[in-house]
Amino acid sequence: MDRVRVISKGPFFFGLIFLVLIFLATIPLYVQPYLVILLTSIFMYIIITVSWAIFSGPTRYISLASAAFFGVGVYTSAILGKAFPLSIVVIAGGLVSFVVAIFIGLLTLRLRGMYFIIFTFSISELIRNFLLWWETNMTGTVGRWVVIVDHMTVYYVVLVIFMMALLTAYLIKRSRFGLALRSIGEYEEAATHIGINATVVKTIAFAISAFFMGAAGAIMATKWTYIDPRIAFDPLLSFMPVLMAIFGGTGQLYGPVFGAAIFAYLEEILTTKFPYYYMLLFGSILIIVILFLPHGMVGLVQKWRKGGLKRQNANT
Amino acid sequence: MFVTILDIVIGGLIMGGIYALIAVGLSLQYGVGRVLNVSHGEFIMIGAFATWSLYTLLGVSPLLSLVICGPVLFIIGFLIHRTLFQYLRDKSESIGAFADSSLLASFGLLFIIQNVALLIWKADIRGYSYLSSSVSILGAIFAANRLVALLFAVVISLVFYIFLTRTRLGKAIRAAAEDPPTAQVMGVNIHRVLAICFGLGALMAGFAGPLISMIYEIQPTMGLEYTIISIIVVVLGGLGSITGSLIGGFILGLIGSIVTYFDPGLSLIAYYVIFILLLLIRPTGIFGK
Repeated sequence: MDRVRVISKGPFFFGLIFLVLIFLATIPLYVQPYLVILLTSIFMYIIITVSWAIFSGPTRYISLASAAFFGVGVYTSAILGKAFPLSIVVIAGGLVSFVVAIFIGLLTLRLRGMYFIIFTFSISELIRNFLLWWETNMTGTVGRWVVIVDHMTVYYVVLVIFMMALLTAYLIKRSRFGLALRSIGEYEEAATHIGINATVVKTIAFAISAFFMGAAGAIMATKWTYIDPRIAFDPLLSFMPVLMAIFGGTGQLYGPVFGAAIFAYLEEILTTKFPYYYMLLFGSILIIVILFLPHGMVGLVQKWRKGGLKRQNANT
Repeated sequence: MFVTILDIVIGGLIMGGIYALIAVGLSLQYGVGRVLNVSHGEFIMIGAFATWSLYTLLGVSPLLSLVICGPVLFIIGFLIHRTLFQYLRDKSESIGAFADSSLLASFGLLFIIQNVALLIWKADIRGYSYLSSSVSILGAIFAANRLVALLFAVVISLVFYIFLTRTRLGKAIRAAAEDPPTAQVMGVNIHRVLAICFGLGALMAGFAGPLISMIYEIQPTMGLEYTIISIIVVVLGGLGSITGSLIGGFILGLIGSIVTYFDPGLSLIAYYVIFILLLLIRPTGIFGK
């Protein structure tokens, strides 16, 4: 009985995901532009959150540098956008963020816990304030204009980045690399003792995570058309992925995806319907979730599943 | 030349005094309570705006508001810890889990408090004029309100230092900061001390807010910057050392004053650079363990 179950689970899942992807890919053809733009926004959040979870999930190093990597992608796009085609710009955004992440990663090797969190946050803020100062004092104008790209193209690029990020996250999770990451998260000293080069592993994961954030930033810049340091390196972009991932629940792959999707959609509704109250509602929801859903939605789902199994078996 | 140096030094001390107060507040909340309260700046902001309202609507002197805001915010902080953070602490499976959830909870508080302030006071920049006459010290000219702010900051710091070192509760707090389990064994009521420490952090914010409102213009979004500065000072002084936060505050204030002399826009950047260098070279700070 069990063997049959194991065999049929795999193709079922893949088939389902394939269908979902086809659905997502064809949505723009029969739906209003507003919905496409909304979906683009939601996917952006999902990408950032999933990328964040690639590194911060297993290693338990909470990174608040997401804004930095995203912003680097945004600025790369703004600077290169006029001279290069879109696909090159997006990949360049990802690569520049990748390099920046390697640099930052090598710097922060000795930092753990709270220090790491604060350090990553200050890097983002440092870059933001520095660019603001530079643009104010050196170049005279704050902000840049970005080459416009139509919303359908933006949607498809975002969809592709999303699929790649998800695929990468899945592959890493299943690989020895992912195992190394998780062991670092559980007990870093022990991990180094059994031969894992924590330095290299952490930095690579950090950089991979940054790549997708940078790519996302590069394409979103074209959607926003005007960018400045405050928009590109908005601290909220650092906080949100953390909230979304914890809301969704780390540990499972779908946790950050659903967490981000729900949160992003919530944010969209709240900012349009209650622009003056949305922070209040957001904060309240956050506190309620922390109090009653410590393991996020995934925890809720797992509890529900366990409850289901209990009902199936006889209570002895 | 001498006047310029005096200008910078006293200006630095004025800012430093305020930094010291807010850093001590955060240090109490994090060093003892183990809660990295990112909404600390919002408490400061509330203190500042309450003072503004009391002054512009009722003519209450900011110095009197200080005496009111401090205790009121203390009570609010105490209650928040007793309910929210105590609950999280009891429910968390590990210290790490508590650190994460309390961090997120304080983010929630940040959003809520800032939104409430935006609803009440709208997003405009506010300011008022109080004791703005000029005073001359050995040739350097300062507004009286700045000097009064410095005086109050120094006095409050001193009183607090005496409280920490000479009173029983102060010693209990320091014991709890150093080693909570052992402190408990020695008879310290940990739950009460943690809540009091959180409340004291809010108390400091309640003192600093009115002082800030006397000197600068205020905005409901001002909180985050002060929270960041508090964190930088706490790390500079050394996590776990409250005297460190006091001294670190004055040091950072002086640095800020020097940088502002050359280019006002660079002061925050300078803080970040110092912070990053600190984390890389000596994360334990000046007085840290």
